[in-house]
Amino acid sequence: MTLSTATEAAVAPAVPEDADEVAPKKRLPIGAWLSIAWLVLVVFLALFADLLPLHDPNVSVASKAELAPGEEGLWLGADGSSRDMLSRTIYGGRNSLGIAVGAVTIGFVIGGLLGLFSGYFRNWIGKSLAALFDILLAIPALVLALSLVSVLKGDPVQAPDAFRLPTILILILALGVVSIPLLARITRGNTMAWAQREFVTAARAQGATNGRILFREILPNVLPAMAYIALLGVAIAVVAEGGLAILGASLDPPAATWGIMINDGKSAMEDAPFIMFTPIVATFLTVMALNYLGDLIRDRFDVRESAL
Amino acid sequence: MRLIAQRLIQLVVVFVVVTLFTAGLISLVPGKPENLVIPFDNTPGQTLRQEFRESNNLDDPLPVRWAKWAGDFVQGDLGNFYSASGGTPVRTRFDQSWPVSVSLILYTQVLSLLVAIPLALWAAYRSGRWTDKIINTFAFGAISLPSFAVALLLTYYLGVQMGWVPTQGYVRLTEDPGEHFRHVIVPVLALSLGQIAVYMRLLRSDLVATLQEDFILMAKSKGISNGRVLWRHALRPSSLTLLTVTGLSMGNLIGGTLVIEFLLGIPGLGVLIGETVLRRQYEALQSLVAVVAIAFVLINFTVDALYSVLDPRIRERTT
Amino acid sequence: MSENQTDHANQPVLEVRDLVTQFSSERGTVNAVRGVSFDLYRGRTLGVVGESGSGKSVLSRSVMGLMPGNATRTGSVRFEGSEVLNASPKVMRSYWGQKMSMVFQDPMTALNPVLRIERQITESLHEHIDMSKAQAKDTALALLTSVGIPEPARRMRQYPHEMSGGMRQRIMIAIALACGPRMLFADEPTTALDVTVQAQILDLLQSMQRDREMSMILVTHDLGVVAGRADDIAVMYAGRIVEKAPAERLFAGMRHPYTQALMRSIPKLEMPSHTRLDAIAGRPPDLVNLPEGCSFAPRCPNAQEKCLVDDPALTADDDHADHVFACHFPVNEVVVAAPGIRVDGQPPRIAHDPSLGGSA
Ligand SMILES: Nc1ncnc2c1ncn2[C@@H]1O[C@H](COP(=O)(O)OP(=O)(O)O)[C@@H](O)[C@H]1O
Ligand SMILES: [Mg+2]
Repeated sequence: MTLSTATEAAVAPAVPEDADEVAPKKRLPIGAWLSIAWLVLVVFLALFADLLPLHDPNVSVASKAELAPGEEGLWLGADGSSRDMLSRTIYGGRNSLGIAVGAVTIGFVIGGLLGLFSGYFRNWIGKSLAALFDILLAIPALVLALSLVSVLKGDPVQAPDAFRLPTILILILALGVVSIPLLARITRGNTMAWAQREFVTAARAQGATNGRILFREILPNVLPAMAYIALLGVAIAVVAEGGLAILGASLDPPAATWGIMINDGKSAMEDAPFIMFTPIVATFLTVMALNYLGDLIRDRFDVRESAL
Repeated sequence: MRLIAQRLIQLVVVFVVVTLFTAGLISLVPGKPENLVIPFDNTPGQTLRQEFRESNNLDDPLPVRWAKWAGDFVQGDLGNFYSASGGTPVRTRFDQSWPVSVSLILYTQVLSLLVAIPLALWAAYRSGRWTDKIINTFAFGAISLPSFAVALLLTYYLGVQMGWVPTQGYVRLTEDPGEHFRHVIVPVLALSLGQIAVYMRLLRSDLVATLQEDFILMAKSKGISNGRVLWRHALRPSSLTLLTVTGLSMGNLIGGTLVIEFLLGIPGLGVLIGETVLRRQYEALQSLVAVVAIAFVLINFTVDALYSVLDPRIRERTT
Repeated sequence: MSENQTDHANQPVLEVRDLVTQFSSERGTVNAVRGVSFDLYRGRTLGVVGESGSGKSVLSRSVMGLMPGNATRTGSVRFEGSEVLNASPKVMRSYWGQKMSMVFQDPMTALNPVLRIERQITESLHEHIDMSKAQAKDTALALLTSVGIPEPARRMRQYPHEMSGGMRQRIMIAIALACGPRMLFADEPTTALDVTVQAQILDLLQSMQRDREMSMILVTHDLGVVAGRADDIAVMYAGRIVEKAPAERLFAGMRHPYTQALMRSIPKLEMPSHTRLDAIAGRPPDLVNLPEGCSFAPRCPNAQEKCLVDDPALTADDDHADHVFACHFPVNEVVVAAPGIRVDGQPPRIAHDPSLGGSA
């Protein structure tokens, strides 16, 4: 998993990489435009998939399985079950991104708040929370996510009557919960760094309440770092969903995600490698665009990540 | 001495919190645990399920159950893996599978550092020039490519197309060293690629900062070669972040191997953990998670100890 | 001090001609050194004095060839007769440490924090002189003893952070001297040190330089430091030498208003230790956009219209050919030297050093 990018983010030094990279407000580099263009395209397709003239992603439409790209009007060909690869890629992207964005949102709301509080209130509660984040990070994220999915899915055979969330929500919850300690830790580091600034002391001296200081003074400053981590987080979650799909713990068939498509393509690798390549390329471009924009934000705002 | 005591307490706290957390999580699973763990009990009178209830102390309250489990755990009993034909100790499969994963992770870390360190030195030395830009661009691409995708691409190109490496399976080093290394090429390369890029980028940026230091100019002024300046004077003071991340990335590598082992049919710890989850062997899972968490904590203690080897100023402070 | 130069050698150790150093930066080209020329003979010391930012460090690094990647140099630097300005890195490395070495300003940052002292000293011995481990170790011990480090054997096994600033600077000197260089660059060797040890370090440098008949460039922002220790003094402003003369001549009659101003900023003996110095008003010019005319004109009390358009060249004093200065309206009166510096150019008594107390 590229979860290690997050640890990189968590410990990377705050100094910009090169003296000559500190350039104040240059124009956006071409890579940024390409990244934005790709993400806009993917998000647009995901949002309006239903309105587009696409085949149903979950039913066979081709005359045979593993139909080569371009034949029978299917630009990206058909998969092992004769389903339209183009519409599966688009709907798969919708699911992959939906899961990732949902998970990061949960992680942010809960982890961010916990981090904000534990970084601001340096009493025993704040410290125990911080210790708890560290401890929970000792459980490998993917193992925890997998267990959560398994627990939340329950066992439809043995416990058929038990209440069950829709699988997509289960995945969002599982990946979201896993990201809480990491995001909390990063937010905490940033909050601690900002809480020591003069303007916070000044605000306190003027009798501002803790809540006001936290949300009016500190939060706005921590946000650029959060934006960077959010983009990274979405990238990591997209990859994590892929991992879960390979372990067979993603959405239930016949639904598609990029991870599920990669896993499906694996068995057809010898005869029809394109089935595997398409979702890999989609994942790669998306993750790269998110990483690129994240790095850009980090460099622009001189984000402090090292205050751990 | 105080340090060791402190570490021990930390370890115990991590163990207790992590396992209580997993125990709590497991208790949330709807349905009767014995039915989940043993979906088909062919024994007359369902004695297997009854046995399971007893051996896992399911009639006790959670804290008591946890205490009994922990007692078994510290004695090396990792619980049982249940199936219709009865329970087998997880310990047996654990003993067979952990060396597989540990060697994959070890190879990955060694290979990643061996490649990342010279690349980072080179990029930092040529900072801002073409070499640096090319290395960085590749690193960026490598970071964005998930390890399972790399594994599949390598399997396709090196295995299916070229026929150079097997596409599935694993051979132990002790059985046949040659075959062993042929089998680990794809998983280790797949796990290493992103790792190399992460290490390279971190070390490069620390090195670029170190190369601005006075003592580097001083070293140069002695007339020693650039190679020596980089390797002897710049590398060590720049490697603390890299060391931290190497320790922290153990957790991610365990997740990574889990997927890669699944994908390539390698009978390692990852597959074992995955199976315990998917077959809802929760007691076994709790034991395995505890083992992994303890290993993670111990590795990071080692990293802490290595800090002071790398930087004598830290040695001063801790002793 | 006052021997004739020709006593020593007929060929200078170092001949610098029209040395120009520029850095490319985001703001544009930084003109850090703008046409500097001087000769330095064997066993003699050139003091380079100027405010911070005047280009002293860049000058000494340019002469030595220790340049960052964004620098370009033109002109000529001849060391013992051979041109070294555009020598290959490999050739330069054979000079560095062995024939010329440098003592840096801040001993806190110029020693490698993670290597033992022994390593840092013996490293250049192994590089330049074919020595066994034991020989190198003995040499290092002898060096440490000669720079006045007590218990050298114990110090060898220590790391820089375990020592005081003065001790570290002695170690840096030992490192610089390890291979017996003929040319020593000392870039503000005492600026980062406690006033109490400054004189000791300067005396150490001076005695080493005399014993070994080295040539030395002693860089400082404090005229008081070079007084009595340098044979010649060059005053730098905005990357140029604006006045240069033998030390006693300079103190006898400085001609450039900038030199005069520097003189006033020397800490004086009878002042309480924290008296504010008479710093020079105004700021040094921006080396990216240099003003037309004399670069000191905007801050100069004597500046006239001519100074703002016409950059004065270095010209010799009417009476003394070895006293040059670049000024249209030089000061003429003999400045009464600040107390602590004697007109005869003898060593000043540094105010806070007890060991030099009432010796004068
Ligand atoms: N590597 C560099 N790149 C750009 N400018 C530099 C560089 N090194 C020095 N300078 C500039 O050159 C000028 C002279 O610096 P320096 O020689 O260090 O002054 P000082 O007389 O205090 O030793 C300064 O304005 C400094 O900013
Ligand atoms: Mg300087």
